[in-house]
Amino acid sequence: MSNTIWVLIELENGQPARSSLEVLGKAAKLGRAEAVVLGAAAAEVAPTLGAYGAEKVYIHADATYDNYLTLPAVDTLSALLNDHQPRLLLLATTYELRDIAARLMVRNNLGLITDATDLAFAGEELQVTVPWGGENVVTATHPHQGTGIVLTRPKAFAVEQFDGRTPEVETLSISINSAAQAIKIVDSVDVASEGPALEDASVIVSGGRGLGKAENFQLVEALAKALQGAPGATRAIVDAGWLPYSYQIGQTGKTVKPTLYVAAGISGAIQHLAGMKGSKYIIAINKDENAPIFSVADLGVIGDALTILPQLTEEVKRRKA
Amino acid sequence: MKIIVCIKQVPDPNTTVSKLDPNTKRLVRTGVSLVLDPGDESTISAAIKLRDTLGSSEVIALSMGPESAQEGMRRALAMGADRAILVTDPALAGSDALATARVLAAAIKKEGADLIFCSTESTDGYTGMVPGAMAEFLGLPQLTFAREIQIEGSKAVIKRVVPTGYKTVESSLPAVVTIASGSFEAIYPTMKGIMGAKKKPFTKLTIADLGIEPAQVGEAGARERVLTIGKVEARAAGQVIKDDGSAAQRIAEFLQRYQLL
Ligand SMILES: Cc1cc2nc3c(=O)[nH]c(=O)nc-3n(C[C@H](O)[C@H](O)[C@H](O)COP(=O)(O)OP(=O)(O)OC[C@H]3O[C@@H](n4cnc5c(N)ncnc54)[C@H](O)[C@@H]3O)c2cc1C
Ligand SMILES: Cc1cc2nc3c(=O)[nH]c(=O)nc-3n(C[C@H](O)[C@H](O)[C@H](O)COP(=O)(O)OP(=O)(O)OC[C@H]3O[C@@H](n4cnc5c(N)ncnc54)[C@H](O)[C@@H]3O)c2cc1C
Repeated sequence: MSNTIWVLIELENGQPARSSLEVLGKAAKLGRAEAVVLGAAAAEVAPTLGAYGAEKVYIHADATYDNYLTLPAVDTLSALLNDHQPRLLLLATTYELRDIAARLMVRNNLGLITDATDLAFAGEELQVTVPWGGENVVTATHPHQGTGIVLTRPKAFAVEQFDGRTPEVETLSISINSAAQAIKIVDSVDVASEGPALEDASVIVSGGRGLGKAENFQLVEALAKALQGAPGATRAIVDAGWLPYSYQIGQTGKTVKPTLYVAAGISGAIQHLAGMKGSKYIIAINKDENAPIFSVADLGVIGDALTILPQLTEEVKRRKA
Repeated sequence: MKIIVCIKQVPDPNTTVSKLDPNTKRLVRTGVSLVLDPGDESTISAAIKLRDTLGSSEVIALSMGPESAQEGMRRALAMGADRAILVTDPALAGSDALATARVLAAAIKKEGADLIFCSTESTDGYTGMVPGAMAEFLGLPQLTFAREIQIEGSKAVIKRVVPTGYKTVESSLPAVVTIASGSFEAIYPTMKGIMGAKKKPFTKLTIADLGIEPAQVGEAGARERVLTIGKVEARAAGQVIKDDGSAAQRIAEFLQRYQLL
């Protein structure tokens, strides 16, 4: 079977998404990486992908992909996959790529493995690593012939550089069926959170329900600011309306991997841990000595977050001065 | 308007750590307490609220699962769903996302619906693949990650959660809609609701009723195979200290030791 590995590159404001570049680098280390770029900016983006591992790039520069969700991309990819039969289609787990993958799985009758943190080949056999349920890690494979789809977990791979690689670019000449224009984006509203983006922050200070009330979240923000980091939150306080969803870290929120993660008033539910336990150093402040968060903390402090947070903010400022 | 809501039972996330059976390589569902997926509680509540605003509409809870899934469906009925359909069949054990979507789509086709609600992902398997796959089987558009939904004439309009905020997205009906977790507060069943649930229509279907072959579902139809199950390397438990007034100092020292300050 071919060792060609395809990566669908998601565009964000005309630029390749970082999450897609992470996956492209992994594909290039596993085999011959080929990228597919769909959207108005495809032609400008294509040549830049060599530096991230692509040997070939298929492009269709058409704004329909930017204005209508999922279906145009599924139509195009489905036909391309049939024609070229790559060994694998790799996608970063993002909102849009997930939706595309689900439909492709059905339309082309493909096996699909989600939430992968690593992939390798043992001879011909693909082995996909999937962490599962907090305490298990599974290796899975596609036992059937034909292309397999793998969705990878955010931040599973670093962006790799492939200096001097120039990809061959193939421009697709296809027209998009009007029936594929069924899911229309009417408008976009940014609800920007303050400070550095959570995904890129090297320090994150997060708060949970243990803070007691919404006003106390400013204690978290103050420490985050002193450490030049970003504030994050648990779903409990996002659901409670203290903060917008963009702050949520965990299984149904963002996956983060900072150098330092400070968890204040957070119990450490498995769904929260799923989004942050890849952090290099974890410090937890919790009143309850049995809180599960302590089992992942490098430094656990049994105490009141409402008194410790402001003291720590002062201490950090003092030591930095 | 006929609204079908896809729901399932999962090991209680508050009391159980999900375990995998090393022999069957499946999720252990015996000896653990099962509950209606908390995400689905919020989704079914969204459907009930929509039904009540639209008027002359119906909410049908649909699940694929073992007989024990009835309990979760009774809860959905107690919350306010009008009736329930359970697809249950020994051949279904070990189904992957593709097979699950195939079965649910067949049941939806048989019943007919204007709107199909799912949660964006389940709490146990969380592939998030079932709703989109179902939409593809049905040839319908999918509106995913909705935190709000409105019906405007023959269109469904949602606010779709995205990492930077939200997008307004629309499609024609019928459509599959996935509800972002936590966007709708779960309805708490009343005593009256619980009593009334016992009298609501409850249909059971097998795969033969849906014209599906055993080879297309279950372990037989699965297109992924688990090779090995291992244990995650536990993070080395760190140091735990009690705050005696010096916690801020101790944390700052830790930060300096690892050059984080
Ligand atoms: C399908 C699904 C998906 C989910 N996805 C996510 C997700 O993406 N992200 C997420 O975070 N959660 C998620 N959850 C929710 C998760 O299960 C927990 O409910 C949530 O993480 C709990 O948030 P918390 O730690 O803020 O609150 P709690 O669990 O209520 O914990 C509060 C903690 O604060 C401590 N405390 C109280 N007062 C103080 C004080 N003064 N000082 C210090 N400590 C104090 C308490 O001891 C307690 O440990 C999900 C759940 C489900 C079912
Ligand atoms: C360790 C492990 C790993 C797995 N990995 C994969 C994998 O990589 N690929 C794969 O194809 N399968 C995988 N599965 C199997 C998958 O979890 C099951 O096929 C499951 O039936 C699909 O559902 P989900 O929980 O992932 O659904 P999701 O797609 O996460 O569910 C979203 C929503 O769809 C609806 N829904 C889902 N299932 C049902 C149902 N039975 N009845 C009614 N409504 C439902 C609900 O509204 C639900 O909230 C895995 C299972 C395990 C135990």
